[in-house]
Amino acid sequence: MTALLDVENLHVTFRTRKETVEAVRGVSFAMGREKIGIVGESGSGKSVTCRALLGLVRPPGTVTADHLLFDGVELRQADPRHMRAIRGRRISMVMQDPKYSLNPVMTVGDQIAEAYRIHARASQAEARRKTIEMLEAVRIRRPEQVYDTYPHEVSGGMGQRIMVAMMLIPGPDLLIADEPTSALDVTVQLQLLAIMDDLVQQRGMGLIFISHDLNLVASFCDRIIIMYAGRIMETCNAAELHNAQHPYTQGLMNCLPQIDTPPGKLPVLQRDPAWQDGSL
Amino acid sequence: MTTQVKYTTPEGQGGRYHRWLLASAPRSRYQARLGRAYQAWLTFRQNRLAVIGLGIIIALVAAAALAPIIAPYPPNAPDLSIRLAPMSAEHWLGTDELGRDILSRIIHGSRLTLYVIVLVAIIAAPVGLLIGTVAGYAGGWLDMVLMRITDIFLAFPKLILALAFVAALGPGIENAIIAIAITAWPPYARIARAETITIRNADFIKAARLQGAGPARLIWGHVMPLCLSSLIVRVTLDMAGIILTAAGLGFLGLGAQPPLPEWGAMISSGRKFMLDQWWVAAMPGIAIFVVSLGFNLLGDGLRDVLDPKAEGQ
Amino acid sequence: MITVRDLSVTFGRGRRAVPAVQRVSFAVEAGGLYGIVGESGSGKSTILNVLSGLNRRWRGSVTIDGDRQAMQRDLAFHKKVQMVFQDPYGSLHPRHTVDRILSEPVAIHRLGQSAARVVKALEEVGLGPEFRFRYPHQLSGGQRQRVAVARALILEPRILLLDEPTSALDVSVQAEVLNLLTGLHQRRNLTYILVSHNLAVVAHMCRRIAVMNRGVIIEELGVETLRDRSPQHPYTRQLLSASLGYDRQAVAMLEEFDMDAY
Repeated sequence: MTALLDVENLHVTFRTRKETVEAVRGVSFAMGREKIGIVGESGSGKSVTCRALLGLVRPPGTVTADHLLFDGVELRQADPRHMRAIRGRRISMVMQDPKYSLNPVMTVGDQIAEAYRIHARASQAEARRKTIEMLEAVRIRRPEQVYDTYPHEVSGGMGQRIMVAMMLIPGPDLLIADEPTSALDVTVQLQLLAIMDDLVQQRGMGLIFISHDLNLVASFCDRIIIMYAGRIMETCNAAELHNAQHPYTQGLMNCLPQIDTPPGKLPVLQRDPAWQDGSL
Repeated sequence: MTTQVKYTTPEGQGGRYHRWLLASAPRSRYQARLGRAYQAWLTFRQNRLAVIGLGIIIALVAAAALAPIIAPYPPNAPDLSIRLAPMSAEHWLGTDELGRDILSRIIHGSRLTLYVIVLVAIIAAPVGLLIGTVAGYAGGWLDMVLMRITDIFLAFPKLILALAFVAALGPGIENAIIAIAITAWPPYARIARAETITIRNADFIKAARLQGAGPARLIWGHVMPLCLSSLIVRVTLDMAGIILTAAGLGFLGLGAQPPLPEWGAMISSGRKFMLDQWWVAAMPGIAIFVVSLGFNLLGDGLRDVLDPKAEGQ
Repeated sequence: MITVRDLSVTFGRGRRAVPAVQRVSFAVEAGGLYGIVGESGSGKSTILNVLSGLNRRWRGSVTIDGDRQAMQRDLAFHKKVQMVFQDPYGSLHPRHTVDRILSEPVAIHRLGQSAARVVKALEEVGLGPEFRFRYPHQLSGGQRQRVAVARALILEPRILLLDEPTSALDVSVQAEVLNLLTGLHQRRNLTYILVSHNLAVVAHMCRRIAVMNRGVIIEELGVETLRDRSPQHPYTRQLLSASLGYDRQAVAMLEEFDMDAY
């Protein structure tokens, strides 16, 4: 089977008058219709990688890659119009904070319906019906009522469900979720993950889940990519994370406080300069 | 950001002072503060228009300081034999109706302009800052009272209120300054209050309160420094308006009195000869225009440097 | 050291009144490590604000070090009780150098020998003297949080209130800050109250833990009970299972303890 997404040697560089920042340096991975997690600390380049996939890196940022194949289509050569069609319809992204992603002066339902109508020339009534179905799918009770609320009237967890509904309504093949749950309470977080999990399974989608929470990613995804300083340190199956080879991965796991560990000193992650530039 | 950042500047190159100023580990408060100012200057320098504005203001200050030396003639020496002479090698900008050299009068007039600006800034900005921060920090009834007073002053048109004051106190440059200052502070109070309200609930203010800091220390040491930058920008941008108001009062005969070479008064006396000897009115007009422009350019540049919202990222 | 009886806090007045904390009681002995865990809006941070004196509208009784506390606190109280905030980017004054930030409390309490105290406090939180004259924007998140801890410690308090002190930090930095706090507790015999939404962090740091939901302490338990996976209250059990990671079956069984009522 050809990969849903195939990234080879991706580089993202931000060049300003003062300094040059290489946010992503030679990232390569391929994925099918599976749940893949990208884990890293702040500044590891995990979010920038996904923005680059969607063509959302703005100047002064520049993106280069040997290839960026999505379902056999080379994304680097897609013109802006084609890219817009792919983005939204075939690849969707859920951001960390729904407050900034939703239009504050439009009702929640109208926004979702609009997202649907852009991609699937449908009548208003049909879009409304579809939207309410979608709101039900993300397990919102009383969807008709929620349809007519404004973004500021909903809670964080609800807002994030609405975002997921909006992103999934065009029926994309790939969903990118950038820390979609880190601002939420742990139980709400798990419920949202379950919703995404079910939808991915039912629709046979690919999911890229970006997070700093190694535990969560390990229990949720099929495979894990661990990034540090713009590079991939290690890729492993989630089930075999405890056998991870790379000292950075091991360090990250060890420095997490556990309910079972006795109090005392936590092992501190010792950063090896070789992780930055050395061979992997 | 972790360490994949590769600095191409600023450390490592440049002279000794450059490196001392940009040291990542300053050794004294003084060095830290200078370093911060230097960094601001480096940002400011990139805005060419702002540098031009700064140049104009420096030229104004230099002209005011060195007026007796650089002015070719005394400002108030009439010579009726050459009245209303056009521009020439002897009188670069011509002479006025009493045969006084216009260039010399403009140079000496810069002292008056600077005098007005500086006094208004010294009176209006601190008053506005104090009222605004106190009102914003205290909240409640004190905020109500102070802001309603501010609103009353804000409700009067600026020039009309100044006219009323001058009419009551009598014409003269000092009274003009007082009148302008009284009308200038309310917007500053508004700005300072708005800034204070956003700062008031910041964690660093809570932390200071938990250390036992009283309201005076909090307002003076913690709140005011953060309001200062937007206030400086606003005052600089207002300078053009203040110059124009002062000139307007002078033009109406309510500001500086003859024979003082105040720019507005010069335009006023030149307007009788506008059609035939245009330079008498035009030259001080150009001076007002250039200095106002200078302050506006400088203010824009300062906004880029001092805007607290762009900081710390 | 700290005794709280029937503490209630209400936000707003009249019909808009929202109870944030309802009749909460607990006690912490001297040198104790007490944790409060709960989700957002559970009232856990409100309790810290009452204890520290930031919140001045509450009912009930709060006794700290034998003194019944009024709404208004004096200088001596602030010397005894200090707090560390969640967001290391918001808790340091952006225009003050580290030196100014640390010498400010010394000046307020007229302790003298400011320079020596500042250097010592920096050393204690693992920052060298080269950090003394930097501005916050020249520091990383972890370094800022160390400065915040140093600022709290410079008055040599006996009680440290920690409001989600590591939630905004990367996990590797979180480990360093938690180790710092553990070390300080042992060296200085401090009393800690740690508030967090992260059960693992609270379990790692604290001996006794209060679980809060909707303004009420629903269960107080020793850390051993958590390790045995034997808490009594279903909400605590749910929180515990949720903090162990994602499990599709477990999510299906999540109960609604009135979450997500918009």
